[in-house]
Amino acid sequence: MLVATGIATVRMTSLFAVVMLSGVFSLLSALLLVTLDAVDVAFTEAAVGAGISTVLLLGTIALTSRREIQTTRSPGIPLFVVVVTGAALIYGTLDMPSFGDPNAPAQTHVAPEYLERSQHEIGVPNVVTAILASYRGFDTLGETAVVFTAGIAVLFLISGLRRRREDEEDDEGTRL
Amino acid sequence: MMQHHLILRVITKLLCPCIVLYAFYVQFHGDYSPGGGFQAGVILAAAFIVYGIVFSVDQAKQVFPPWIVHKLMALGVLIYAGTGIVSMFLGYEFLDYGAFTPHHPEHGQHWGILAVELGVGVTVTGVMVGVYYAFASRPPRISDEEW
Repeated sequence: MLVATGIATVRMTSLFAVVMLSGVFSLLSALLLVTLDAVDVAFTEAAVGAGISTVLLLGTIALTSRREIQTTRSPGIPLFVVVVTGAALIYGTLDMPSFGDPNAPAQTHVAPEYLERSQHEIGVPNVVTAILASYRGFDTLGETAVVFTAGIAVLFLISGLRRRREDEEDDEGTRL
Repeated sequence: MMQHHLILRVITKLLCPCIVLYAFYVQFHGDYSPGGGFQAGVILAAAFIVYGIVFSVDQAKQVFPPWIVHKLMALGVLIYAGTGIVSMFLGYEFLDYGAFTPHHPEHGQHWGILAVELGVGVTVTGVMVGVYYAFASRPPRISDEEW
């Protein structure tokens, strides 16, 4: 289903449908993550990928155009790049340990230590939260700063607060 | 404007409080169940964005004015970094939450995680709503009929 959605997204020319399909794609990958037992990540994917980014893309469409412009160039070189990258990625996954393998590096490195220690050191049942906010507190502080910086940058780039206040009249809030 | 979508408007009015409530649940229950500041921030922002889509951006701005949104973006980072600095003033390392209750480090960790996640949530809410306002406040090029 993921693949089918992906192909449909590429084939469409109506950007509205493409945005909707990318939302579907995100939701499907969220389901995939749930089956992989990564509930926290699935949560994020469903909220951000399927929710917010769909809305932002719709907002972008409203500001630009509804239709994709047909390119005249041949798709040969991009297709070649994509195929090579995809092949390299698939080749990379061949070396990866199979899912749930107890000897995989992800299971043997620091994870058991976190699982063992977090219960009596931190006493928070959700180990993901414990790692995120306590053991990796610095990383999360950095992430928050990144989100903040990104938000500031977007605001500076596209909002133009002072300019907008002047032509507030012709902005009637025509959304969707 | 937008007076015709009666069902949408009623449903949105019903749903928005639930979304906000759920966001707070995800925020403050993040140490027991999946979720945390980031997810909660996005969900809370989604509540305002849905409101903005169904009614209008201007009405959403009356509920949640842009100047508050912009302050929130910075406030979250301040809460997070402030937590670390408070623990430094208490004589521990930066972001060592054991500082808050020296006799019972576990409780300190709890409080610390709660504060830090709150910081993340506040920033993420601010950024998401701010970005949405920035996009949606520009006069659109496409009229409603073209959709």
